[in-house]
Amino acid sequence: MDINEIKARRSEPWREELRKSIKPKERGELARVKMPSLDPAYRITTIYEEVNQGLTAEQAQMEARRCLDCANPTCMQGCPVSINIPSFVKNIERGEFLEAAKVLKESSTLPAVCGRVCPQERQCEAQCIYIQKMSKEPVAIGFLERFAADYERESGQASTPEVAPANGIKIAVVGSGPAGLAFAGDMIKFGYDVTVFEALHQIGGVLKYGIPEFRLPTSVVDFEIETLTRMGVKFVKDVIVGKTISQQDLIDEGFKGVFVASGAGLPNFMNIPGENLNGVMSSNEFLTRVNLMDASHPDSDTPVAKGKKVVVIGGGNTAMDAVRTAKRIGAEEATIVYRRSIEEMPARVEEVHHAQEEGIVFKTLHNPIKYEGNENGKVCRVLLQKMELGEPDASGRRKPVAIEGATEWQEVDEVIVSVGVSPNPLIPRAFSGIEVSKWGTIVVDQDTMQSAIPEVYAGGDIVRGGATVILAMGDGRKAAANMHAKFMK
Amino acid sequence: MNKIVDKEHFSENVVRLEVEAPLIARSRKAGHFVIVRHGERGERIPLTIAASDLEKGTITLVIQAVGNSSKKICDLNVGDYITDIVGPLGQATHIEKFGTVACVGGGVGIAPMLPIIEAMKKAGNKVISIIGARNKDLVILEEQVRENSDEVIVMTDDGSYGQKGLVTNGLEEVIKREKVDMCITLGPAIMMKFVSMLTKKYEVPTMASLNTIMVDGTGMCGACRVTVGGKTRFVCVDGPEFDAHQVDFDEMLLRLKAYN
Ligand SMILES: Cc1cc2nc3c(=O)[nH]c(=O)nc-3n(C[C@H](O)[C@H](O)[C@H](O)COP(=O)(O)OP(=O)(O)OC[C@H]3O[C@@H](n4cnc5c(N)ncnc54)[C@H](O)[C@@H]3O)c2cc1C
Ligand SMILES: Cc1cc2nc3c(=O)[nH]c(=O)nc-3n(C[C@H](O)[C@H](O)[C@H](O)COP(=O)(O)OP(=O)(O)OC[C@H]3O[C@@H](n4cnc5c(N)ncnc54)[C@H](O)[C@@H]3O)c2cc1C
Ligand code: SF4
Ligand code: SF4
Ligand code: FES
Repeated sequence: MDINEIKARRSEPWREELRKSIKPKERGELARVKMPSLDPAYRITTIYEEVNQGLTAEQAQMEARRCLDCANPTCMQGCPVSINIPSFVKNIERGEFLEAAKVLKESSTLPAVCGRVCPQERQCEAQCIYIQKMSKEPVAIGFLERFAADYERESGQASTPEVAPANGIKIAVVGSGPAGLAFAGDMIKFGYDVTVFEALHQIGGVLKYGIPEFRLPTSVVDFEIETLTRMGVKFVKDVIVGKTISQQDLIDEGFKGVFVASGAGLPNFMNIPGENLNGVMSSNEFLTRVNLMDASHPDSDTPVAKGKKVVVIGGGNTAMDAVRTAKRIGAEEATIVYRRSIEEMPARVEEVHHAQEEGIVFKTLHNPIKYEGNENGKVCRVLLQKMELGEPDASGRRKPVAIEGATEWQEVDEVIVSVGVSPNPLIPRAFSGIEVSKWGTIVVDQDTMQSAIPEVYAGGDIVRGGATVILAMGDGRKAAANMHAKFMK
Repeated sequence: MNKIVDKEHFSENVVRLEVEAPLIARSRKAGHFVIVRHGERGERIPLTIAASDLEKGTITLVIQAVGNSSKKICDLNVGDYITDIVGPLGQATHIEKFGTVACVGGGVGIAPMLPIIEAMKKAGNKVISIIGARNKDLVILEEQVRENSDEVIVMTDDGSYGQKGLVTNGLEEVIKREKVDMCITLGPAIMMKFVSMLTKKYEVPTMASLNTIMVDGTGMCGACRVTVGGKTRFVCVDGPEFDAHQVDFDEMLLRLKAYN
């Protein structure tokens, strides 16, 4: 957002007045709100109920009061899509919640999702003046974003965005994750005829098959999808572009532009002995069974292992989701095994806290090197190598090194491997002329998201490798703006 | 939603369904499979495309009721709709003129073998089909197999039809008799293991079409992984066909029991 626009909004009379109504010093003394959450003892019995219960209007307004409405809102620089943070926060403070939601929607297609799953402590909140200059806890921007978006949804007054008159130009979207949804939302607003093709039998990508309901309820995602449907976006399930229909089919059907948002759906394994034993699986398999197939439900036809002693390998959001899900569906002991220390974990800090509250065991500075099975080929123990932190590596994190001779066996009956994902090669293989990096990601022009094929744009995890919801969404919007500009020429 | 337009019972537990799926009918090749899900709480299961009809926009599935999900689908009737079908998945069979090709199919594996037999014949091969089943009632599609093969050997475990014995007995007879340039096998994992051991002994190149447990069928979950030549491969995207002599069948047999 341009700086003059930020200034102009900040000097609207109501905001000037609101700013002056409480002294900055007083604002600075208010304590950060605590998110009401379900009791850990209860919540580990259900995969369906959301842990965070959301702020009440009163709590939200109190928290919004803490925001100093900075002249130079550094928080915005931390947000990958530059949400006008003080503007939405001050609307919450004055009680104009729907107005706050409107501000969010100027920059974000999925505020109710991002408010829940963004790594705020590394993005917007990390840049808040409270933490930067005052050594205090930052304004709870994520909680407030979630509040405004939820308020709008629950009010029944969520406006269906206006759509420009139809221009008749057909656009195809491959994949219905956050990148695809954001792209579809903007293109339909510009007046295009948008069809989203999804390989699975549900719309939403990782938001549906990966992230569990106790962190992101299905109803929140479905609401966004319904809004897009009302705006005219067509969703086609059970169609794999590159298999069911080809690049040529899309051309023949008259699609003039394609946005590839096929995600990073290829699980990495560690290639260590015993990894193909029964009871060892990827987090994608485990979470897909539980989330997409509802396998832990007694009426579901899909089976899922319900281990008693479960070890999850990894320290990212996916690992936290897997270990907490395993606990919820019956593990007596659910352990994270991670080769660095807790500080280096890529997972959202809040998820790590929640996991700790739920009794998840954290075995940091350990790395599996081998699995052994029983006579039925089922995993029964894992050999762990103890690690220590050495010099920082290319990512700036201290590199874990093995402590020679320091190993231990741990008894397990289920292992979930969650050591990252790679781009699914299906699409790159299917589109002739597309350029692919050595990591298998699609190469695009960073400024426009256009690929080596002029009609084909790409964004999200297929371009970035495993990234975040907000970055995927941002890519979708950027691609839409640029594709639209190209058609308008 | 895909409408069932025709149904036939091959035996008590083996059913042929013809289902509307125009896009898949158009893009599928021999060796491809689909993932089928029926009912709101249904499981996703893989089934080979046995045939397709471009004009009618249909594909044919031959399904053996072995457990809950396959039974549910076998119980459907003409006019019913299958909730989801997605595909075609996997790599198509590598069809080429090899010379003499032995196609070894067991049980319900005979159905997905049929399009391969047809394609191999069309490519100019001499096709010897060896089909086996536990008993006479379970020998399916014999007539269609005969139409597309130069020779057909039928084996039954109990000798109630054809020759008594296993497909490996029939295959060994052929290999001893004449030069076989390529063998393709499709059926229960244990059968494919023994076919593979036999052809390894006689140094006949062999492809096996593996039927591992799957979830998505697009390479996303890794449930279908097998060890081939010491490396982990995903059957749904890298397969389903692999060099049988490189496949770790013992591991695959154990993995098939993951949810038993
Ligand atoms: C368990 C888990 C937890 C996570 N937690 C967080 C978090 O807390 N915060 C955060 O910011 N990020 C998180 N992430 C990462 C985030 O979800 C991803 O970065 C994001 O979803 C990527 O969006 P996308 O649109 O690029 O792809 P995806 O969400 O992966 O969607 C891609 C879609 O395309 C479909 N598709 C693929 N190929 C084809 C094809 N050929 N034809 C048709 N459809 C196709 C796929 O089935 C899928 O539905 C998490 C990821 C996982 C797996
Ligand atoms: C590529 C491929 C093609 C196939 N083609 C056919 C076909 O044309 N006709 C046919 O009848 N069957 C075919 N199968 C096997 C079929 O998918 C299984 O029989 C079916 O999944 C069994 O499910 P169930 O719930 O009825 O059985 P259950 O025994 O109750 O299944 C229990 C669990 O094991 C899994 N499972 C059990 N056996 C198999 C198996 N052999 N393969 C994969 N998963 C299994 C099921 O998904 C389920 O999770 C194919 C399998 C693969 C991988
Ligand atoms: S979208 Fe994410 S980073 Fe941006 S303000 Fe919202 S929570 Fe922060
Ligand atoms: S930096 Fe912090 S206090 Fe300043 S505007 Fe942003 S959220 Fe408010
Ligand atoms: S079935 Fe999921 S990767 Fe093959």
